[in-house]
Amino acid sequence: MLKQYETVFIATPVLSDVQIKEAVKKYRDIITENGGEIVHEEDWGLRKLAYPIQKKTTGFYHLIEFMADPQFVAKLEIQYRRDERIIRFLTFAMDKHSVAYAEKKRAIKAEVKTKEV
Amino acid sequence: MANQVNNEIRYLNPPTVEVKKKKYCRFKKSGIKYVDYKDAEFLKRFLNEQGKILPRRLTGTSLKFQKKVSVAVKRARHLALLPYVTDLLK
Repeated sequence: MLKQYETVFIATPVLSDVQIKEAVKKYRDIITENGGEIVHEEDWGLRKLAYPIQKKTTGFYHLIEFMADPQFVAKLEIQYRRDERIIRFLTFAMDKHSVAYAEKKRAIKAEVKTKEV
Repeated sequence: MANQVNNEIRYLNPPTVEVKKKKYCRFKKSGIKYVDYKDAEFLKRFLNEQGKILPRRLTGTSLKFQKKVSVAVKRARHLALLPYVTDLLK
């Protein structure tokens, strides 16, 4: 049984662009290699943190929405904990309302984009 | 004319009749079913200046959604989208 999840992680701001991409790719690969399926991805870029974490005031936010087996989440979180580049993470199991909300939000975004073009 | 007792109560100042504005749950009214923890600006409406969650008696949110708001705020705090403690938020 696949379930839809959403995971947000904050990477340290000391990384270069290439290193960030590498980190993101690592998690993307972890998801796909374990029978998961990426639904959506969002890069929020460098953002200011509301309070310092590990003496850092900014961080790279990245969001991945994916379908996976419930047992996989623990594996993913172990990877997060072992990774020094990740300073904070959150994995959230989506219910039907949050899935609908995310899809609606994406649809609005896509519409705005097509209007701009 | 002494038995013509004036039964009407008279006030020195006109009595102020408070018209209480009925509070309502904004989620129920606008049909929002999911409270997004990523939308920090929206969640700020349910916080006071110190970043504390406002009680239901002030915001009028229904119990069902107050619970969801509080969980969403706590998630946002974990992700450093909202502060745990602060002064002069907003």
